[in-house]
Amino acid sequence: MASTARRDVPEPPDFGILKRLARDQLIYLLEQLPGRKDLFIEADLMSPLDRIANVSILKHEVDKLYKVESRPARPLVLSADIVNADKMSGRSRKYKIIFSPQKFYACEMVLEEEGVFGDVTCDEWSFYLLPLDEDIISMELPEFFRDYFLEGDHRWINSVARALQLLNSLYGPFSRAYGIGRCAKMCYELWRELEEESEGDSQGRKPEIGNIFLMDRDTDYVTALCSQMVYEGLVDDTFRIKCGSVDFGPEVTSSDKSIKVLLNAQDKVFSQIRNEHFSSVFGFLSQKSRNLQAQYDRRRGMDIKQMKNFVSQELKGLKQEHRLLSLHIGACESIMKKKTKQDFQEMIKAEHSLLEGFDIRESTSFIEEHIDRQVRAVLWGRPCLGTRRGWQPSHTACSRVGVPHREPVSTPKTTITDAFNSLARKSNFRAISKKLGLIPRLDGEYDLKMPRDMAYVFSGAYTPLSCKIIEQVLERRGWQGLEEVLRLLNGTEFSEAGAAEASPGRDSQRTVLAVFLGGCTCSEMAALRFLGRERGCRFIFLTTAVTSSGRLMEAMAETRA
Amino acid sequence: MSRSRADEEEYWHSSKCRAFTFDDEDDELCQLKESKRAVNSLRDIVDDDEDELEKVSWSGEPVGSISWSIKETASSSTSSLEGRDSSLQKGSSSNAALPKQVSSYSLSSLFKGRNKLPSLQSLSDALSDTGVKNYAPELRRPKAEYKDYSSDWSPKDTVRRMQRGKVCSLERFRSLQDKLVLLDEAVAGHDGNVITAVLIFLKRTLRREILFRELEERQVALCHLIHFLKETGEQKMLLDLLRFLDRTEEVALSQYREHLNIQDVEKRREFLKGCIGLPFSPEDISHIQDHYTLLERQIIIEANDRHLETAGQSEIFRKYPRKASILNMPLVTTLFYSCFYHYTEAEGTFSSPTNLKKTFKIPDKQYVLTALAARAKLRAWEDVDALFTTKNWLGYTKKKAPIGFHRVVEILQRNNAPVQVLQEYVRLVEDVETRLNLATKYKCHDVVIDTYRDLKDRIQLMAYKCKVERGSAEEEKINSILNNTVRNTCFLL
Repeated sequence: MASTARRDVPEPPDFGILKRLARDQLIYLLEQLPGRKDLFIEADLMSPLDRIANVSILKHEVDKLYKVESRPARPLVLSADIVNADKMSGRSRKYKIIFSPQKFYACEMVLEEEGVFGDVTCDEWSFYLLPLDEDIISMELPEFFRDYFLEGDHRWINSVARALQLLNSLYGPFSRAYGIGRCAKMCYELWRELEEESEGDSQGRKPEIGNIFLMDRDTDYVTALCSQMVYEGLVDDTFRIKCGSVDFGPEVTSSDKSIKVLLNAQDKVFSQIRNEHFSSVFGFLSQKSRNLQAQYDRRRGMDIKQMKNFVSQELKGLKQEHRLLSLHIGACESIMKKKTKQDFQEMIKAEHSLLEGFDIRESTSFIEEHIDRQVRAVLWGRPCLGTRRGWQPSHTACSRVGVPHREPVSTPKTTITDAFNSLARKSNFRAISKKLGLIPRLDGEYDLKMPRDMAYVFSGAYTPLSCKIIEQVLERRGWQGLEEVLRLLNGTEFSEAGAAEASPGRDSQRTVLAVFLGGCTCSEMAALRFLGRERGCRFIFLTTAVTSSGRLMEAMAETRA
Repeated sequence: MSRSRADEEEYWHSSKCRAFTFDDEDDELCQLKESKRAVNSLRDIVDDDEDELEKVSWSGEPVGSISWSIKETASSSTSSLEGRDSSLQKGSSSNAALPKQVSSYSLSSLFKGRNKLPSLQSLSDALSDTGVKNYAPELRRPKAEYKDYSSDWSPKDTVRRMQRGKVCSLERFRSLQDKLVLLDEAVAGHDGNVITAVLIFLKRTLRREILFRELEERQVALCHLIHFLKETGEQKMLLDLLRFLDRTEEVALSQYREHLNIQDVEKRREFLKGCIGLPFSPEDISHIQDHYTLLERQIIIEANDRHLETAGQSEIFRKYPRKASILNMPLVTTLFYSCFYHYTEAEGTFSSPTNLKKTFKIPDKQYVLTALAARAKLRAWEDVDALFTTKNWLGYTKKKAPIGFHRVVEILQRNNAPVQVLQEYVRLVEDVETRLNLATKYKCHDVVIDTYRDLKDRIQLMAYKCKVERGSAEEEKINSILNNTVRNTCFLL
């Protein structure tokens, strides 16, 4: 991409140890219950578990594996039922419930009420952190968003604090901490408290991560709700990346099978296009396939010996690349097909005018029309973008949204409007946008292939607010000069220097742990990676879950049934 | 995940000639097509048995590396254990708050090393270099914990210990004053788990009214209790609480929400009927009413149509069998359904689109969009025509679309309308540029030609000549226009 990188970006620390810690603890917990045993796993845990242990590892300890669906019955009640049924039939077994990442007192209460307290032993599997990629660590807590921001429940704050403690002990000590948002502040305080108590002697260690930035998702909903335009974001919006891997269906693989593909920095094709604006992806893929062709063609003039070399040394790599290329080309096709079906161009246009504050009437009528037509992908998210700017989605239109297949007429008001109304009142998006220059001034075309700033992730129309804040604070090493923005954001901010103030030249000082409480989108990660390349620093993302407009809107809708 | 050689073969074959179907002649798309072709043409060299796919290792580590990693973590935990050792010696109030992973881990290796089977030989090997002394603090720990039960912890310490996951008896906190101090400490500690634990205790040991009264001034704790009651399904107490707080709208919504748990439609309908009288906000009340009316309507339509379908008398149901029942579908879906199956019915019947439109006050735009989509799907072009035809008082007909004709064109095109039909609506698009774009995109030659003629754009017209078929009527038309305009242009010059 941009070749203007001034300094080398520091390599990310090795997060593999996090996987090993989690896996070893799980095995230890399983060993605590000696003998033959069956393992019931809650459905939500399957994918994260897949990423750290495979069946053959579990097979050492476990006879049979079962998956427990979290609906309709709650897994805890379900396990209690199993225990009670066994007791009734006079069968004697031992039971252990392992809570991950944390056991709640309320869970013990349920066990007590169900009359199985004492019959089961409980344990915690402190599986807080799942490294999804070389620079992404996920807590795999998609429920964090709803629990904290909609229900006001602080149950996950302790988990975040512990996660920070673990990272600090392995890759810290962090010398500077910045943050914005009430949740960020609480997590920070609780973490500091944990640190003080543990008094781990960290003086001698050489830190790998020097800075940490915590941000609440409600600081910036707008960015999370924008249609994503970078490749990884589009793949996520279209196919839903789950725990760093995606199921490419038959329409992508051009066969009758789905293929599960791990999307990360190891995928040589993906790693080069993930952060690119979609429009430059085609060019890259065609260039890549031409190169591949040329490399294969080289074998034409070869003698036997050269051929042997070629087969033994290069062919494997080429084949791997070939497979990846065809998958990503297939994915591009699929994305294009879907997007053209949804009037993507017009949608983007409406979105951009909403962001800029032009043609509000036209854009809102566009939204209403899509609501009328029940174009789901579009209608989610869009009304909110409007609302945040003080515009209320027309009630008639909104009332007819409905959560398809669940509620014929939507649960009135609460689901969509309510959650955002409160935000709208305190939202000053336009003023903030002006203050921080989020809408790039443009003469001529924005060159998406050679981006100038982070706005490229949204086609040059909008710089993600969340990323802009991080950029500004890191640049100023604090919040000085951002008072007006803070007032408009109505945020609780902090900036603290830790005990170990390190020299600025160090790699650790150029490594920033960006913590997103309530989720982070692929676009935000792409924007910050771009910023990192420009400024010669490395961003590590710690998020409660990778999110998207679709996921946020689903969390808003009431799905309990 | 594993794919055999045969599968691989099949995979490449089938993908070979499936170029994608974009009508845009965009450069980049061409590129994409081209690259795909290039990639696929490499098939003959590539399709052998090696499948990289299974090699994606989900764990990122080879199986059986556990012992290695134990060594790794055992040694890395050494330093932190020493750290703890010193903190214990200092006798500070803090009792062991190391990251869980580390402490429980080292315990595990200790036990493994001592009592386990020969197969775990490597584990004890791994431990041999870490001296026993490192584990001493771990062994001492139970003694320290024993203290929990005997001593009186202050509310603050109690909260702190609970945050660390330790068992603490709350029974000591018996005076209201003590209970509230405990609750406030829990809130100040930022740990929702502890807040909820304290609330469970308070809920058990305090009369509802008193608990509610105290929570009214403690918003954070209140949120936790509401969430807890929602999660555990204690609907009755939740409603009592909301009533106590005078949140009548929430009471109503919370009751209304229960309909989601009722599967049986008749029961659900009854339940919704009961909801109508609840104290909703003024905007919501009409939605509840609508919801009830809609479900009532759907039940009637469903019974009727299922009968029709099974009887096999009605042509439309035979030709287009229903994919799903209409029960519990959103309003717009219901409208679409009735436009599809019951379009011609008189306004008096419950299933007629016009009746739905009237009952639910569906706006014109929404009605037209839905009806258009339904009729286009059935390829009933006359109905489509009628949808946009209005008569004025003199009896002249005029075409009008509340949604803009460019929209109409798109929807028709998506339903594979023939060019003759499309053309008619493309012609009605007001904005010249949009009209030209659409006409070119959908190959409505006549419209393109006429538009250029009206624009007197000779160059474009000549350029367009290349795009129509040789010797076709279109070409002839262009020629004749060009011949005409030549004269005009000359005149102008």
